[in-house]
Amino acid sequence: MRKQVFIIQNIDKIVGQEFHLKNVSLEFEPGSRNVLLGRTLAGKTSLLRIMAGIDRPSNGKILIDGQDVTGISVRKRSVAMVYQQFINYPSLTVYKNIASPLKVNGVPKTEIDRRVRETAEMLHIEDLLDRLPAELSGGQQQRIAIARALVKDAQLLLLDEPLVNLDYKLREELRIELQEIFEQREAIVVYTTTEPTEALMLGGNVVVIDEGRILQTGLTPDVYHNPATTRVAEVFSDPPINYLTCTVQGRTARLGEDIEFPLIEHMQSLPAGQYIFGVRSNHLFLSRTNAEDTEIHTKVALSEINGSETFIHVNYGNSRLVVQEDGVHPRRIGSEISIYVNPRCFYVYDEAGDLVTSPTRITIEKRIRG
Amino acid sequence: MARIELQEIAHSYISDPKDESDYALKRIHNEWEDGGAYALLGPSGCGKTTLLNVISGLLTPSQGRVFYDGTDVTGLPPEKRNIAQVFQFPILYDTMSVFNNLAFPLRNRGISESEVKERVLEVADILELTPFLKKRAAGLAADAKQKISLGRGLVRSDVAAILFDEPLTVIDPHLKWHLRRKLKEVHEQLNLTLIYVTHDQVEALTFADQVMVMYEGELIQTGTPQELFENPTHKFVGYFIGSPGMNFIPCTLDGDIARVDGAGIELDGEIAALGHKAQGKLELGIRPMYLEVHAQSVEGSIPARVKTVEDQGSFKVLTVNLAGNTLRAKLPEGQTVPGNEAWLRFPTQRTKLFADGRLVN
Repeated sequence: MRKQVFIIQNIDKIVGQEFHLKNVSLEFEPGSRNVLLGRTLAGKTSLLRIMAGIDRPSNGKILIDGQDVTGISVRKRSVAMVYQQFINYPSLTVYKNIASPLKVNGVPKTEIDRRVRETAEMLHIEDLLDRLPAELSGGQQQRIAIARALVKDAQLLLLDEPLVNLDYKLREELRIELQEIFEQREAIVVYTTTEPTEALMLGGNVVVIDEGRILQTGLTPDVYHNPATTRVAEVFSDPPINYLTCTVQGRTARLGEDIEFPLIEHMQSLPAGQYIFGVRSNHLFLSRTNAEDTEIHTKVALSEINGSETFIHVNYGNSRLVVQEDGVHPRRIGSEISIYVNPRCFYVYDEAGDLVTSPTRITIEKRIRG
Repeated sequence: MARIELQEIAHSYISDPKDESDYALKRIHNEWEDGGAYALLGPSGCGKTTLLNVISGLLTPSQGRVFYDGTDVTGLPPEKRNIAQVFQFPILYDTMSVFNNLAFPLRNRGISESEVKERVLEVADILELTPFLKKRAAGLAADAKQKISLGRGLVRSDVAAILFDEPLTVIDPHLKWHLRRKLKEVHEQLNLTLIYVTHDQVEALTFADQVMVMYEGELIQTGTPQELFENPTHKFVGYFIGSPGMNFIPCTLDGDIARVDGAGIELDGEIAALGHKAQGKLELGIRPMYLEVHAQSVEGSIPARVKTVEDQGSFKVLTVNLAGNTLRAKLPEGQTVPGNEAWLRFPTQRTKLFADGRLVN
């Protein structure tokens, strides 16, 4: 297969008076795996439909290897798409469902047979080939839809929240399988999700989209560890990121009325002023872990224990904070509590929400292949 | 409020069931205490919605009786059972205001307008819906709509229990936190019996005091989230709860030592003794967060080949191959990641033994 670079240039999508996409520019390398992360109605599906050629953008261009393909219909492009709903031909067997895109393209019968069986095996549905979709579970039905998309060997593979209608555990399994399948392909893969954890599990690159605009792109763990704005940090944190308003003066930062701590590490040269300090839940602790820790004294608003981790919700000033700690630590609602944060873990944002400095990371590990 | 009791419930959707496999519910005998927060957790098709419908009265079971506070309600329809239900997709009157949506169940019962107002304002306050009372339901966000749906259950002062069927499935992650917090607060304040059906372990474990794991029409384990996490009595529970699920490795026993392809892993003496008496295939079980990983050989460690390391933000998942078995370990942020070879230690207290898919204990 010929490898292609896929470029989106200054795309707008306007519906009525509303911008569904605003000045979107992106570049996808051949063989790259990309997660489009954003909340419901952020513009993820709109963007995928334009990439597929199903919808036309209001402004802007799509280039494949430098060639403008903006007006070319989906039928003439090498693209496959998987939707949130399980879409299959109800009256066709699983075999014929998977074979359908090849048949349309006039692929010889023996070649169709080989590819259908190979793809079915990859998705562990080889024993279901004679069945009808309605006889199968949701997970199996989505496997057929994915197989139909993969069998084409398209240069662009788009998946729009493909696992959202499946059980939690099934999602976990299929996600691992899909990752392995994607790695063997040369296609550009674009996968949309609302879930930070899913984006992290899929790895590759991430594109953070919000209200029709691209907020940040990069390697998934890099973006996770360096969210460029408070909005990116919000979209890319689960549990929600915690924010505290902070006043910096001289060499110290003041939190609320009574908490002061010295500006260490990455915060050493912060100019005086008002800031938003962000810290993820797993960096707030129920006990002191380090001499540098700052203590926040407050009351328990809620405690949740999920078997292996504890989530303590507290209010401090105008902030709602969540502490995520390993292990089981029961706390009564309304009881007094101290929570601890190491200032080294703070993301510092200015009042407009732009990142000023992020915590120093010691290592950025590369994915190891075995 | 009510204590709900299920006596020997079985249900088949087939009119003439022949064997066990024809039953969606096989034999459910269980009690839900007044004021408890329960979750029914299981995969699609395990029978959890069928069971919820038996409790609510949408379905009359083929066998067995349902009691509310000792009164037999088996034949009563939902509207006579004083329960409220919240479904996956909020059921609202889109063109009505939030106030009128909340008032609907009360007006339907001919309750006086002054009392309607009092109850609606009270519930709106609990759910932080007061600013939206005059707005039309149609224009609101998904979580606000789900709160109205919940509010319609709460306004009735005679509600015995609230049943939730996957209420957060269609909600974005950041709103899930907010809604779950609200649900917990409502439970704390009103002390209602809550039964929450879900396939999502995170929701079940964080919401409930008692989680019932369902599999193929049976309740296979009931316990606190911690009990289910630490001591799953079935392999299925070990796999289904926790992310990634529990690791399982086939083994043989040699005194107190479990042998995996020549390598030895020390077991708790009592468990090993029970293991020698147990029937069926023996397997070790260990949670990814308890599997110790070292970059160099340490005492009692065994080598394994590293397949992948994935950075999941606040932790890493290491996948290794040990004698043909794929194992996963959860590495805390900042821990050194081994290269091609990892040395694994199985802490004795965290290493479980399963015989024929059941916990040896």
